[in-house]
Amino acid sequence: MKAVKLEQTAKRLIGRRALLKAGLVTAGLGGLATVGKADTIGKAVTETMKTPGRGFSNYGLPSKFEGEAIRWIVADRSVANMGTSWTPLHVLEGGITPNGLHFERHHNGVPHLNPSEHKLLIHGLVDRPLSFNLEGLGRYPTVSKICFVECGGNSNGGWNPRPLNTKVGMLHGLVSCSEWSGVPLAVLLDEVGCRRKGLWLDAQGGDGGGFHVSVPVEKAFDDGILALWQNGERLRPENGYPMRLILPGWEAVTHVKWLNRLTVRDSAAMSRDETSQYTELGKDGTARQFTFVMQPKSVITIPSPGYTMRGGGTYRIGGLAWSGNGKIKRVEVSADGGESWAEALLDEPIRDKAFTRFNLLWRWDGEPCLLQSRAIDENGVRQPSRKKLLAERGAHGYFHYNAVVSWRVAADGTIRHVYAD
Amino acid sequence: MRINPIIIIPLAVLAASGVLFFADLSPTSFFGSFFGRGAKTEPPQLGTPLADPHRYDIAVTPNRGLPLGSGSVGEGKLIYAAKCAVCHGSRGQGRTAPELVGGIGTLASAMPEKTVGSYLPYATTLFDYTKRAMPPSAPFSLTDDEVYALVGFVLHLNGLVGERAVLDKDSLAAIEMPNRHGFRQVWQP
Repeated sequence: MKAVKLEQTAKRLIGRRALLKAGLVTAGLGGLATVGKADTIGKAVTETMKTPGRGFSNYGLPSKFEGEAIRWIVADRSVANMGTSWTPLHVLEGGITPNGLHFERHHNGVPHLNPSEHKLLIHGLVDRPLSFNLEGLGRYPTVSKICFVECGGNSNGGWNPRPLNTKVGMLHGLVSCSEWSGVPLAVLLDEVGCRRKGLWLDAQGGDGGGFHVSVPVEKAFDDGILALWQNGERLRPENGYPMRLILPGWEAVTHVKWLNRLTVRDSAAMSRDETSQYTELGKDGTARQFTFVMQPKSVITIPSPGYTMRGGGTYRIGGLAWSGNGKIKRVEVSADGGESWAEALLDEPIRDKAFTRFNLLWRWDGEPCLLQSRAIDENGVRQPSRKKLLAERGAHGYFHYNAVVSWRVAADGTIRHVYAD
Repeated sequence: MRINPIIIIPLAVLAASGVLFFADLSPTSFFGSFFGRGAKTEPPQLGTPLADPHRYDIAVTPNRGLPLGSGSVGEGKLIYAAKCAVCHGSRGQGRTAPELVGGIGTLASAMPEKTVGSYLPYATTLFDYTKRAMPPSAPFSLTDDEVYALVGFVLHLNGLVGERAVLDKDSLAAIEMPNRHGFRQVWQP
């Protein structure tokens, strides 16, 4: 490939415009010359080429070399099936989370639900209370939506006065993005004869303790889905088998798993998980409640803590951005702690309320520096700096942390999570 | 506009056989015309009518659901010691499970403590959650009388009801928690 002169912005970030102008986007990045010694390629006929391979499998699993692609489990001290498991964002690519790595959040473990016995009851303030089984639900046409599901408590380590030094997945991995397929809630709510405004769905799951929270009918009618499928196959048990709510852009506590009841009420039920939990205490001692929409967020997944850079040279900066308000409009990256920013390249198509992968090239000069990314969504809402977030919300909000994340790159190529302000 | 005949034929067949349903969904809805635009006819009705829907509503909310029954703070003290102290601490101070007691008036301070007493806006929430979710090893195992007793004891530990209090549906519904007005609802319809 002919040598291309790329424009560089401050701190050697080769941003989106330069990459587009150079035609590197369509050409792919494979044209970068590799620097290597002669004859490190190996034998003409390798060992595997002389050996018959293994046979077939009914359900494929990853290569044994990919042992790092696992969820990180954080279980409650007193009850081992309560807690979370986190998606290893730092080892994943693209914008879809594989089903086996979708994060988990359980309030009393994964129930064993039999699809031939499971029923969804929709009742309360409706004209015709109905019970649905999977056979009946399977007769409705499906819709599919690619969207993120993010726990309201994701990234809550960011509230800690000292930055936690661990991998991206363990800081920000209570978020995943899948294609969810199922029946629009609007269709089912029309079946029972439910008003479209002014009411609440008390959504309950069939898990131990019957977790339940309240959802306004307006959101259900807007784009709510009763999801039965996750990336083409049936929901995984830990992600809600056989049915769950999907409410694009909203905090995951509202995407009730193992759904067995939608009780239509004239007001919110004020359950434990919309009062005691999933509310944000502010500076003045009052708390925000029903903060449903997840605000814009981004994080650089590569390079990130755990990854060691091998001396100065050309590197890729890659990461994810998402917003519950809609599409990501722009992701900016800084390699000098926010003094200057370059616009990153966004993977197309840019999807509404879904993971958006961003990339750009970076020529690292081997000196210590501070990497950051910040997202702006189509509503103009900007991911705030940590300083701004704390100034607005105080330090005790616990939920809905979406501040800009900073990685300090040391001269030896190691990367640490730091607070920039 | 020339209409593609390949689409027309199956629609005509379906319409003639009477199995094509239309739903009058709002045009602003994400799904638009899910079944197809047209005159409103019978909905698919693939659900089974529920004969006795009320018996499925077990939630206890600020407006409904508190069952018959009662329990005293004294009775609650015994149940708490047997079933709750191991995780929540003998005085509700928290051990492996969250603290239940204390912190009233601290929410605006530099070290806020969020507990049942200091943060929870409704006593009905405590009843609802205890009844269905506690103890985690045996969800839905407590009787309604036991739940009244436990709620009474935890509220007593928080200084919100007296040592001799007996809770039932009327007395519990009348309790106004300290943080009843401490929440601002962000979502607007």
